[in-house]
Amino acid sequence: MAERHDAADRATWIDRFSSLPSARRSLILLSPAFALIGAFGIAPLGLILVYSFLVPGTYGGVVWEFSFGAYIQFLFERDIFDGTLAFSSSYLQIGARSVILAGLAVVGCLLIGFPTAYFIATRSPGIRNILIFLVTVPFWTNLLVRTFSMMLILRDQGPLNSILMGIGITEQPLSLLYTDFAIGLGLLYSFLPFMVLPIYASLERIDFRLVEAAYDLYANRWRVLQRILIPLSLPGIAGGCFLVFIPSLSSFLAPDLLGGGKHLMIGNLIAQQFGTARNWPFGSAAAMILLSLVLIALMIYARQAARRDQDAV
Amino acid sequence: MRSDMMAGSRPYDLKRYPGFGFMAAVCLGLLYLPLFVLVFFSFNERRSVSNWSEFSLDWYAKALANDAIRQAATNSFLVATVATIAATVLATAAALATTRVQRFRGLTACYAVINSPLMVPEIVTAVALLSFLSLIGLELGVGNVMIAHTVFCVPFAYLPIRARLHGMDTTLEQAAADLYADPVQTFRHVTLPMLMPGIIAGAALAFVISLDDFIITQMVASAGATTLPVYIYSQVRMGVTPEVNAVSSMLLGVSIVFVSMAVLLRKKETA
Repeated sequence: MAERHDAADRATWIDRFSSLPSARRSLILLSPAFALIGAFGIAPLGLILVYSFLVPGTYGGVVWEFSFGAYIQFLFERDIFDGTLAFSSSYLQIGARSVILAGLAVVGCLLIGFPTAYFIATRSPGIRNILIFLVTVPFWTNLLVRTFSMMLILRDQGPLNSILMGIGITEQPLSLLYTDFAIGLGLLYSFLPFMVLPIYASLERIDFRLVEAAYDLYANRWRVLQRILIPLSLPGIAGGCFLVFIPSLSSFLAPDLLGGGKHLMIGNLIAQQFGTARNWPFGSAAAMILLSLVLIALMIYARQAARRDQDAV
Repeated sequence: MRSDMMAGSRPYDLKRYPGFGFMAAVCLGLLYLPLFVLVFFSFNERRSVSNWSEFSLDWYAKALANDAIRQAATNSFLVATVATIAATVLATAAALATTRVQRFRGLTACYAVINSPLMVPEIVTAVALLSFLSLIGLELGVGNVMIAHTVFCVPFAYLPIRARLHGMDTTLEQAAADLYADPVQTFRHVTLPMLMPGIIAGAALAFVISLDDFIITQMVASAGATTLPVYIYSQVRMGVTPEVNAVSSMLLGVSIVFVSMAVLLRKKETA
């Protein structure tokens, strides 16, 4: 008896739900995800925006007192004796280093990624699937483990140095680890699949009759690449550059493990301020600056993509 | 001008670019050689990760007997399982709400909210959550890590589920309704089974992403809530032993299994 009662209750509940207007139903279905992401994804961002305008507490945390101090600290250093502000470029340098290293990672990924994507796109379907699978797997595997494995390669006693000494390029092992080179290579290695996959996706769709037509019209290989293959894969190239630039810019692991924590990027600066340096407002301000850079890059990318779509129509 | 086209007896391949194959080899070599070296030295008998002596499984045995590693592995799997289940449920509901419905105002904004964990740099999310959790005083230990992971797992689960739902037509559901199935029956016996490959692919990706996360966990996890990547990081900072290689290799193996599963499921879907 009670069971039937439950069933009836359930039916009315379901009926009520399914008779709601579709937008209302969507809202109900979305609310749990929105509540979680809102509370633990977006609200914390709002909090550090507020924190970036506060004063650091002595033992970490914040003092609720309004101040632009954290942002001023990026450009100026306060003299400990007379309290005057003097221009200081050390934090700007960290910002510049991050942008340059991320840019170099993008260039490196493009130089290796485009030929690779093209090579894969021109294989037979069976081989193509295997190669794409091989590029996809590192895309999803543990970045910490991958970065650690790159550390093993670059160590003084590592295989790269053994090879270099073996073929007589160098007598002494080169100190490759803990350099800017190591960070750049680490970023390239970490995010290479992010470049190959989108370029492959656009190259795969190219109609190769266009290439044949170009050859019939006496174009050489270089011309075909320049006038047909690159323009037609531009959406993939742009997407790949974006996908490599963003995580490289905000990378923490590559500069931390491969740079030895001496050559900081923005990500390490942020982590440091919330860790040993105990300056939460400054760390929050750095996080806000990084987030703004990422959003600007996102907007440029979205606008360019929209313009390309318009041109295509 | 056309001399390059005449050169060689090989039939001229329009699609071939000299050196591109070499670059592809460089790319795959770069991606896999370090991992190969890592796994290789995890089987080294000596306590060295650069000089090979003899094959041995000792470091795996040592790793599996290490209490700290067992605790970290338990935490990792616990967190990944809870985050995967929660994120997949939330993502499925969200996908049903944003796909195959009349376009409503704010739909684009909905995508932006669901995918926002993908757009915000991890280090920013990490310090923001750290600040937020300490402000509201939430101290659930592993629970904190589970909440954090669920948030960033939602978009990874959402995307394959949405893709699957997007490609499904509504004829079977209409047929079920014509045969007097009520909405619940239609959902359970028609929609859900058809959606399953997308859900499993999404869940597999969510699991991998949770298992792999380091930065957010490092910031959010209290002392007893260490996960495997956090443990590996602390060991790497102290010095490299084949034991770390062994733990890393095992983690790598688990990730590869789950990624392969997700990829194969997606392939089946497009085939």
